[in-house]
Amino acid sequence: MSQGKKTRTIAVDYMARVEGEGALFLKIKDGKVSNVQLKIFEPPRFFEAFLRGRAWTEAPDITARICGICPIAYQSSSISAMESIVGARIDGPIRELRRLVYCGEWIESHVLHIAMLHAPDFLGYDDAIQMAKDHPEVVKNALRLKKIGNALMTLTGGREIHPINLRVGGFYKAPRKKALLAMREDLLWARDAAIELTKLTASFDFPDFERDYEFVAMRHPNEYPLWEGRIVSNRGLDIPIDAFFDTFEEEHVRHSTSLQSFVKVRGSYHVGPLARFNLNFDKLTPLCQELAREHGVSPPCTNPFKSIVARSIETLYACEESLRIIDAYEEPDRSFLELAPRAGTGHGCSEAPRGICYHRYSIDAAGIITDARIAPPTSQNQRSIEEDLAAFVPRYADLPDDKLTWRCEQAVRNYDPCISCSCHFLKLRVDRE
Amino acid sequence: MEAPATNGTARVIVIGVGNRLRRDDAAGPIVADRVRAKAQENVLVCEQSGEGAALMDTWSSGDTVFVIDAADAGGPPGIVHQFDAHAVEIPRAFFRYSTHAFSVAEAIELARVLGRLPAQLYVFAITGQQFEFGDEMTDEVGLAVEQVADRVLAILENGACYAGQGARHA
Repeated sequence: MSQGKKTRTIAVDYMARVEGEGALFLKIKDGKVSNVQLKIFEPPRFFEAFLRGRAWTEAPDITARICGICPIAYQSSSISAMESIVGARIDGPIRELRRLVYCGEWIESHVLHIAMLHAPDFLGYDDAIQMAKDHPEVVKNALRLKKIGNALMTLTGGREIHPINLRVGGFYKAPRKKALLAMREDLLWARDAAIELTKLTASFDFPDFERDYEFVAMRHPNEYPLWEGRIVSNRGLDIPIDAFFDTFEEEHVRHSTSLQSFVKVRGSYHVGPLARFNLNFDKLTPLCQELAREHGVSPPCTNPFKSIVARSIETLYACEESLRIIDAYEEPDRSFLELAPRAGTGHGCSEAPRGICYHRYSIDAAGIITDARIAPPTSQNQRSIEEDLAAFVPRYADLPDDKLTWRCEQAVRNYDPCISCSCHFLKLRVDRE
Repeated sequence: MEAPATNGTARVIVIGVGNRLRRDDAAGPIVADRVRAKAQENVLVCEQSGEGAALMDTWSSGDTVFVIDAADAGGPPGIVHQFDAHAVEIPRAFFRYSTHAFSVAEAIELARVLGRLPAQLYVFAITGQQFEFGDEMTDEVGLAVEQVADRVLAILENGACYAGQGARHA
């Protein structure tokens, strides 16, 4: 690349600190981005195809294999969809345990991304290893926080990676109250650590960049969304989950093996912690709200780089919510409802750490899956990532290639993209004209 | 080099890293299977996906730890690179086939910075060739798996056989 040219090409063949494999291509002409492509070349994984012909009760265990970072999201959405087909309503301790296992996933996933993958961008380090030399306590605390999240998943889900205890109708085995209470001291420590993590991330120097996003998240009348609710946006969208494909559309683009989602008529949208924070701020705990306001982050927050603060606040929320659930928990008489299949189509949606994860299944009278559709959060954010870069890069177009690349990577990481989920390495190539 | 402790209060942990459904990436878990079948009961053998924080947590209770993973080390499949983590930096590019952004090499280097390396940490990187979906390993990788399993078992049984000084090619 030569900066004196009007046309500029930058190529980065491997982008670290994202989950999965992909590439980014940028072409800059006269200081403006003329082409941007988030390229996903992970081979298609055909989960939707090989779910067909399997029993409806197998969907949670099969879809959990889509992602090692957020398996609960896939299990939750598939379970919700199946239960909606048979009209089952799960309340009480089982519903609370479902929120608890999801809190574990939020804690472990969020903390990994905040401290190990994204914070080094803001503090000027190549990676968490370099950062750990100057900030060892930040990294040590993050590791301990993540371990607590994993412990919650193991306690409720049976194991931390690809949990095995969740099933249609509830859990194979409910944890004992005593076992949950044993987590209490750790969670009290985690709550304090999450407060300190939020203070740290809120103190970062954020690029001056705002965009007029359509934020999309779930919303529930009584709680910060995890497992259930309606799908809402800051542009008036308020739909039941089963209307997902009435509103959103997926299309194939040549540069990606993952489908790209958009809102019909309007275009790109933004899902994930920043969307949830903006659309559900009133459902956060008073401590979360107070901490956010105190550190200058309140809705509407349209700077995508501040997603790291929203992610930190959600980590705090997950710690507080876990404590609430554990304190109030009463062991259920039965850990699951025995449900019989019936022919029909059902829809499920839950808030994965990276945003809404939508599933739709059709089953026959014997409970055999005849059709499956899954819209993972990273697929939904792809177009927004590309548009962010198109808007963000021109103001940094004079930077040398290595610094521009670093800025682009930081911007992509705002979304904590999980490319494994969306269809796995992100490579970046920039052409300048 | 001192022999790894295999008795008394010292803990020996063997960690096979990988994904059994990604062809040559199954090398680590299958080495773990072989070792588990023959090792003494006081040796903890486990299988992991390669997520770095979980790796660090697992080896925190060990004095002598073996990590076996498939690698993209260049060169023909089945070549084994053997490292003493205390002697050399682990090349991160070797382990790019992990689906995790924070994986084996990052975990070892972060543990080094934080003073959390086990007293002895030996890494075996088996060069793979095919990492797409499937459960059949490349023939050369299959042979290397048996060699590495025998090597780990020999170290465990005979003590002073570990000859690696930094990187070593088997």
